[in-house]
Amino acid sequence: MLKKLRIAVSVPVFGLLTFNFLDFAGILPAEIHVLGHIQFIPAWLSQSIAVMTGLVVCTLLFGRVYCSFICPMGIFQDIINRCFKGRKFIYRKNNPILRWSIVAISLILFNFGFAVIMGILDPYSAYGRIAVHVFKPVYMFMNNILASVFNHFGNYTFYQTEIAVLSIFSLSVALLTFVIIGVLAWAKGRLYCNTICPVGTVLGYMNKFSLFKIRIDHAKCTSCGICAKKCKASCIDARARTVDYSRCVNCFNCVNSCGKKGISFAMGKKIPEKPSVDKSKRRFLLVGLTTAVAAPAVWAQTKTDVISPPGAVSTERLLKHCTSCHLCISKCPSKVLKPAFTEYGISGMMMPIMYFEKGFCNYDCTLCTDVCPNNALTSLTVEQKHRLQVGRVVFKPELCIVHTEGTNCGACSEHCPTQAVKMIPYKNSLTIPFIDADICVGCGGCEFICPVRPNRAIYVEGNRVHQEAKAFDVEKKDEKEITDFGF
Amino acid sequence: MDRRNFLKSLAIASAAFTLKMKGGMDVFAQTTPNAQTEGAIDLVAVMGGEPDAMFKKAIDEMGGIGRFVKKGQKVVVKPNIGWDKTPELAANTNPLLVKEIVRQCIAAGAKEVAVFDNTCDEWKKCYASSGIEAAAKSAGAKVLPADDKSYYSDVLLPQGKKLKNMKVHKAILDCDVWINVPILKQHGGANMSISMKNLMGIIWDRRIFHVSNLQQCIADVCTLDKKPILNVVDAYRVLKVNGPRGRSIEDAVISKALFISQDMVAVDTAAVKFFNQIREMSLDDVKYLSHGQELKIGTMDIDKLNVKRIKM
Repeated sequence: MLKKLRIAVSVPVFGLLTFNFLDFAGILPAEIHVLGHIQFIPAWLSQSIAVMTGLVVCTLLFGRVYCSFICPMGIFQDIINRCFKGRKFIYRKNNPILRWSIVAISLILFNFGFAVIMGILDPYSAYGRIAVHVFKPVYMFMNNILASVFNHFGNYTFYQTEIAVLSIFSLSVALLTFVIIGVLAWAKGRLYCNTICPVGTVLGYMNKFSLFKIRIDHAKCTSCGICAKKCKASCIDARARTVDYSRCVNCFNCVNSCGKKGISFAMGKKIPEKPSVDKSKRRFLLVGLTTAVAAPAVWAQTKTDVISPPGAVSTERLLKHCTSCHLCISKCPSKVLKPAFTEYGISGMMMPIMYFEKGFCNYDCTLCTDVCPNNALTSLTVEQKHRLQVGRVVFKPELCIVHTEGTNCGACSEHCPTQAVKMIPYKNSLTIPFIDADICVGCGGCEFICPVRPNRAIYVEGNRVHQEAKAFDVEKKDEKEITDFGF
Repeated sequence: MDRRNFLKSLAIASAAFTLKMKGGMDVFAQTTPNAQTEGAIDLVAVMGGEPDAMFKKAIDEMGGIGRFVKKGQKVVVKPNIGWDKTPELAANTNPLLVKEIVRQCIAAGAKEVAVFDNTCDEWKKCYASSGIEAAAKSAGAKVLPADDKSYYSDVLLPQGKKLKNMKVHKAILDCDVWINVPILKQHGGANMSISMKNLMGIIWDRRIFHVSNLQQCIADVCTLDKKPILNVVDAYRVLKVNGPRGRSIEDAVISKALFISQDMVAVDTAAVKFFNQIREMSLDDVKYLSHGQELKIGTMDIDKLNVKRIKM
């Protein structure tokens, strides 16, 4: 029964969450991104008190259900296990020192502006990257095959879409995560969740104090070990008839397996457990702290012309909130966002960065800020977006076609939503761009379309801290009525 | 039927048999109405009506849609859908006009009517915000994607001065006839965007235009064998400044006009002269017109044409 409930919840959650990452055609309603907002680390980083309270209360009541019901990485591993049904697991000892060290190191580094480790370990973000960089290209490829067949017969329900590698580094990280966690899940069940995952460690600790938990009825238990073999967390010690709650993910597989009904999910007497804090754990914390402090400041240093996405507020703020789930990158309709390599410094690797190779930021679009579960991109209204300056336009007249070739161009001005790039008279009835950077929003339309190579005649330099653009002057409308043809 | 006419028809018929499915046939398809209607009206200008009503009036003067679209033909209607903007902002062709043209094509017996544009903003947003996707579909058209290279084929431009080849959307190459439906706009690069400029929306890589003399390239594209059978210029709302995208509703002027002709150069010349009343614009500023005339795409001398002016 409980297992069925788990499957009934986790399968739709997983399916919708995954499809939301793949869905380039906008089939799903926009509201689906709330499934990202209820994830643990995103909720913590976005300081979403309601979600955090909900998750903590839920854990204190029912244990680590997050890991089996909501976390896409957890469900992903369960699916792999399901594919190899009949695998037998054996009890393993817990490794609290390793687990807490990872939590400590990632937390400390994160607080010192080195967020990339947290980004790599956060199960939701790690899964997001797998979906975006591994699953999505496959999905797009299948779409393109369907599109070419359908289009051939004059049906345009499907359309061709460009499959591009956004970043070799992020693809490698995603592939590695996919392979490592996939193999671990196949061979050792939830070993990742119970050794490396910082969320697993924290929730596992809370799990010890939860009201409902898996309990073994010593009167009925014969230590037959069937439940232990079913336990993908390898946390049931059949001989000692104990469950290691720090690792139990509440999958309820054991409950169904017991022929004697000797194991159940129930309330019970609180068994006071001595928390196993030890010296060595503290030593690790200390080491982590020292490393973080000693980490050279260059790690967090970014190039001046880097452009952080709308809603990031500043590069520094982005670095403190983003865990690189790449949902914004996947959702950006204009293909403006890509994962950074070292543009934000090593600490900001894989975080979203604006670049104008494939498109430019749509003036009226706020999608990335709507979907960000971490609130790393703070939500913007269209009106706010119109005045947000993520960067400023720079014009190099000596490179411009109008100057070098003596012919019309104006592609930059065509694309400029505020006319921060305006065409003014030049020689022989030609017009040349004129810049008013104060009203520029940094959308990159000009940089995207500028035909000059290798260096463009016009480009956007990022604002490290986003600014407010000046409002452009609106020309008064003259309601002169046209009554004649003019020819 | 005299001998000359007989031989002409024979030549056309044999060409049709030999060239059947190939591009060659289309050249004939595009030019026959011209040959048949000597002395007919070359250009119709209408003012003072709604977009669809003005089109109805204009096409009736031109001899009805049936003169251009035959039963069983595959037709493309090519509006300007360049920007993620609503109709009031005058950055895209009026959806009501597109709808009426599609409706008439289908009423004339067209087997299929397709609508597309290679947009500047993200295509799905443009198709939706412009209202054109919904309007065209409601009238029975197919709305095609145009944002992937695979939808385009290489075409040679032997008469082009700067452009010698380009990638043209297959829908244009595969159709029997196509109708060009631009909106009249001030344009930061080319000074004016009308019929000839609208052909940039059937091309894949347009950056090359800007590097190698934009005005000449616009004229060169129009040397394409498969010219539009009809050019319908939407001047119901005109983008007076800050074109081609405009930045606010203040940039759009309601001028309630429509121009229609088979001659791209002529209809654009008329449209520039009309625009000149709203904001100063000389024909010399719109160089692709004279370039187009040199390439024999059409004439700027609209005084010599049979022009019909209608005020509603």
